[in-house]
Amino acid sequence: MGFKNYCFKKSLWVFHFGGASCNNCDIEILDCLTPRHDLERFGILLVGSIRHADVLLVNGSINIRDKERLIEIYNQAPKPIKVVAIGACGCTGGLFTESYTFAGPVDKIIPVDAYVPGCPPKPEAIIAGIVKLVGTL
Amino acid sequence: MSKKTLIPIGPYHPLQEEPELFKLYCDGEIVKDIKWETGYNHRGIEKLSESKTYEQVFFLVERICGICSTSHPFAFANAVEEIADIELTNRAKYIRSIIGELERIHSHLLWVGLAGHFLGYNTVFMWAWKYREPVLDLFEMISGNRNSYAMFKVGGVRRDIENTKIPVIRQVLGDVKKKIDLLAGAVMDDPVIHARTKGVGILTRQDIIDYGAVGPTARASGLAIDVRKDDPYAAYPLVNWKVITAEAGDVFAKAEVRLLEMYESISIIEQCLEGLKKEKEGDIAIKVKEIPEGIGNGRAEAPRGEVFHFVQSDGSNSPARHKIRAPSYVNIATFKKSCIGQTIADATISLAAVDPCYCCTERMAAAYDLNSGDKIMNANELINASVKRTNEIKKTINSQL
Repeated sequence: MGFKNYCFKKSLWVFHFGGASCNNCDIEILDCLTPRHDLERFGILLVGSIRHADVLLVNGSINIRDKERLIEIYNQAPKPIKVVAIGACGCTGGLFTESYTFAGPVDKIIPVDAYVPGCPPKPEAIIAGIVKLVGTL
Repeated sequence: MSKKTLIPIGPYHPLQEEPELFKLYCDGEIVKDIKWETGYNHRGIEKLSESKTYEQVFFLVERICGICSTSHPFAFANAVEEIADIELTNRAKYIRSIIGELERIHSHLLWVGLAGHFLGYNTVFMWAWKYREPVLDLFEMISGNRNSYAMFKVGGVRRDIENTKIPVIRQVLGDVKKKIDLLAGAVMDDPVIHARTKGVGILTRQDIIDYGAVGPTARASGLAIDVRKDDPYAAYPLVNWKVITAEAGDVFAKAEVRLLEMYESISIIEQCLEGLKKEKEGDIAIKVKEIPEGIGNGRAEAPRGEVFHFVQSDGSNSPARHKIRAPSYVNIATFKKSCIGQTIADATISLAAVDPCYCCTERMAAAYDLNSGDKIMNANELINASVKRTNEIKKTINSQL
């Protein structure tokens, strides 16, 4: 295990990018941090700037207007960064694939390390996804 | 020359109804102007809807908004049923109302938590979100999913609430009611919260009429508009309930209206459960063979106000035209009235009071524009300004005691 991966084993700081989403995934992500699930006890913290983050959570279908901003945020991120696509829309585009504003699923725009399917995925599923991601390091 | 500060809020927020970019133009502490941009969340739903069958459109409109994910199917169902002139069974009506009111409870609890967070009371945030969980568990028990329930279809509902589940729902509601008592006590009796929210972000009755605001935003200014009373649908005419209003129009009044509405919702659900017992189990939908040509208007009261759906049918199996108007969109315009002239710290809670809330995970970094000297603040600074203000008030109040 390299030094960088060793650092990933502790206190993952998470940055959340909600594309053109319906809010469900956003709320479930926040729900992970509230007392029922309380991810903060593992040192997982939602941060306000991508420059502080180890993991980028992307949810929602990405429309034309979001696409540039997603690329910009990915470029600003300190590397290595792990990208997790959350929800059906994040993984594939879901219901909105046929829409005229759809700009491709997340993995066509930036590299994705983990997928958490579901509409919306339950907080347990999101936690399981992150645990699996840590397990691959 | 005075330096003008630009504070962008958005465009991406985990808790905004529709991702939008608000720009506050400030002179010192005072907000001078506010502008907003939309379109970040444009998914072309109205166009997509025309390519789907009536059955499929329900799943689509449910995904317009995750928090009020029942109000859109509700309004769409009302519109289609107006075209086809369908009368529901009583059991379907009761189930629809139960789902709608449970959603109102979880949405208002979510708002109370966020409002607490903006004021610097993170405990309220954690409490409210914790007490919201049992309601989501109820949804999981009834529909199999915590957020998007897929309960509606033309002519009724997809799933029954069996009579064996009624005691469980009753028990959870009883627990939630106690927690709301606790929250209401903590929020309504706190002198600091009074000082922070009373007289802040006032919208007068005339402002509401001028801007066409709806929902709790309008009701907090003394305007008793509620689609459930004005244009009754589902089981609302069958139960006893009253429209909650407040007169002051400030942030405190909006919080009061939302807290009291939760009690009203619990009472509606309990009466609906009583009604369910009298109806035959499994009698939840009538068979609809075709949707005739025509136009239908569907309205429903979402937790944030009136949702309006217009559907035009050409006799085929998918809508020819589908127009949607969501409540947040009209309520946002009131920011022009409620925020201008206030300090930045108060603008935070005034914006949140309408409930297209924004929260801590702001994407913008602080930066100075070298040419114009404009300073761009990020959301953390904004929330810190609000928290600082609360602490100052706390100190003054404590020193007076």
